[in-house]
Amino acid sequence: MSPRNGHASAGPLRVDLQVVADMVEPRARVLDVGCGDGALLDWLVHHKNVDGRGMELSQAGVNAGVTRGLSVVQGDADQDLRIYPADAFDYVILSQTLQATRDPKGVLVELARIAPRAIVSFPNFAYWRVRWQLLTQGRMPVTKGLPASWYETANIHQCTIRDFALLCEELGISIERGVSIERGGRARSFRVPPNAWINWTCELGVFLLNRK
Amino acid sequence: MRKPGLPEGPGFRRVDSKDLPGQRLHLGPDKPLKLDGGAILSPFTIAYQTYGALNADKSNAILILHAWTGDQFVAESHPVTGKPGWWHMMVGPGLPLDTERYFIICANVIGGCMGTTGPKEINPATGKPWGLDFPVITIGDMVDAQAMLIDHLGIETLFCVIGGSMGAMQVLQWAADYPERVFSAVPIAGTARHSSQNIGFNEVGRQAIMADPDWCGGDYIVHGKSPNRGLAVARMAAHITFLSEKALHQKFGRNLQNRNEVTWGFDADFQVESYLRHQGASFVARFDANSYLYLTRAMDYFDLAAEHGGVLANAFRGTKTRFCVFSFTSDWLYPTSESRNVVQALSAVAAEVSFVEIATDKGHDAFLLDEPEFRATLAGFLEGAAERRGLKRP
Repeated sequence: MSPRNGHASAGPLRVDLQVVADMVEPRARVLDVGCGDGALLDWLVHHKNVDGRGMELSQAGVNAGVTRGLSVVQGDADQDLRIYPADAFDYVILSQTLQATRDPKGVLVELARIAPRAIVSFPNFAYWRVRWQLLTQGRMPVTKGLPASWYETANIHQCTIRDFALLCEELGISIERGVSIERGGRARSFRVPPNAWINWTCELGVFLLNRK
Repeated sequence: MRKPGLPEGPGFRRVDSKDLPGQRLHLGPDKPLKLDGGAILSPFTIAYQTYGALNADKSNAILILHAWTGDQFVAESHPVTGKPGWWHMMVGPGLPLDTERYFIICANVIGGCMGTTGPKEINPATGKPWGLDFPVITIGDMVDAQAMLIDHLGIETLFCVIGGSMGAMQVLQWAADYPERVFSAVPIAGTARHSSQNIGFNEVGRQAIMADPDWCGGDYIVHGKSPNRGLAVARMAAHITFLSEKALHQKFGRNLQNRNEVTWGFDADFQVESYLRHQGASFVARFDANSYLYLTRAMDYFDLAAEHGGVLANAFRGTKTRFCVFSFTSDWLYPTSESRNVVQALSAVAAEVSFVEIATDKGHDAFLLDEPEFRATLAGFLEGAAERRGLKRP
């Protein structure tokens, strides 16, 4: 798809979305699952000439995406990825959504079916601040990355980076790249597969996955 | 005690098509319409309305496909009933289908009864109304006739084809049959084919009409009669399918109509009965019974997948059209699952497709009613598409 004439994306991307965007090759076919208001997809279309599609649960998000001229399907990751045939895309993005799905393993399997590469980001439940709160206060942690209380949070399937790495291994998915988003907005690449140090220190991880 | 049964109502006022406002395209023997069923319709007339103006590029035309009992009077008072245009909330200056920016076209479908050739028009071969001699037409035939109108208007590519219910079927047919001529397509509350239940309900309606002794085997016009009761019953049954159970019960409940207790008879005791009888009675004033038969038949026969080897996706292979599919949560006539089938077929061929399910309790008819979320999303989609097309704001 060619970039639209005279359209300006509204401002810079959130730092974690920029990291995701940087992992995508130009002119790729991209599906953004849980695309929100379409900011990331819009950026990719405009700056990297991708052929993009979005899936989003919220009406407001779909409206916003559709108004930007994006193709957004209202749906959720747990039920609606089946509408896409195998290898429909070059990249599928699941940004800060995995921990809110009902069947994260099933979702990862679907991602691997739909595209050879996936970009997945999620808050790491083994981040030291999270461990510290649970250890010292004995309460479900509330942090900048996990702001909702236990009875209100949409995050029904929290995991740690180590959990994630093991699940990928089990599903035959290899981690090609890993980036840690730090407080203050710095992005730091780390060696993969991620080690114990990363499991302690990374608050929000962004992973580029390859099916083997 | 009042005799039970349908009220006499405003009565059937047979509208002479030539008295209707709007435009006419008469296509003569050099431009026959080859019907899917094998027959040829020639000559024939298309009655249509337009709003707004075509731009110099002829790139701003929107074709509205009306639903089963709709017509071309989208945004003006209906010439027979005086009611506001059926989509007056969507079509007009500053509205999503902005008449100051787009050229809006709406044509009465082939087989209809508001000016386009249909069973109540005169068959030139006999000098009498067609009646059941009129050939059985399909959604594909409706679309082919519309394409001839678009040719006549000198428009190569339509900016958008949009319609609800039977209109959505026509949208899908347009996108499948004329992919190069459709820049964007908006099927609303639609389906790619009728289910058994849909066919069943239509059959009930048809049987009601045909069981009316005044139907006269389809020749009622010649006999100076009108199968009002049968048509009214058909309409009552259909109308229930357009509403959600919840909304109907919220509106009427078990409330009695202008009385404190039941009459122990078969009068319209309940408000809902009175409402439906009124729906039936006012319907017969503006709609032709045979048209009802032909259009329900067209909807029952519609099956886009069957036209393409049984695989719906094949109908859209290679399409460059941008789609926005709408469904409504409480529509049980053409439920969201039908729209999802269409979305799945389009996704299978990597089409540019958006899909929105609007939360509402207004049922199948929601697209005709005041639904702000629907209006906002539609406006957003058209805005995005217009930008892609290079259509500047006025």
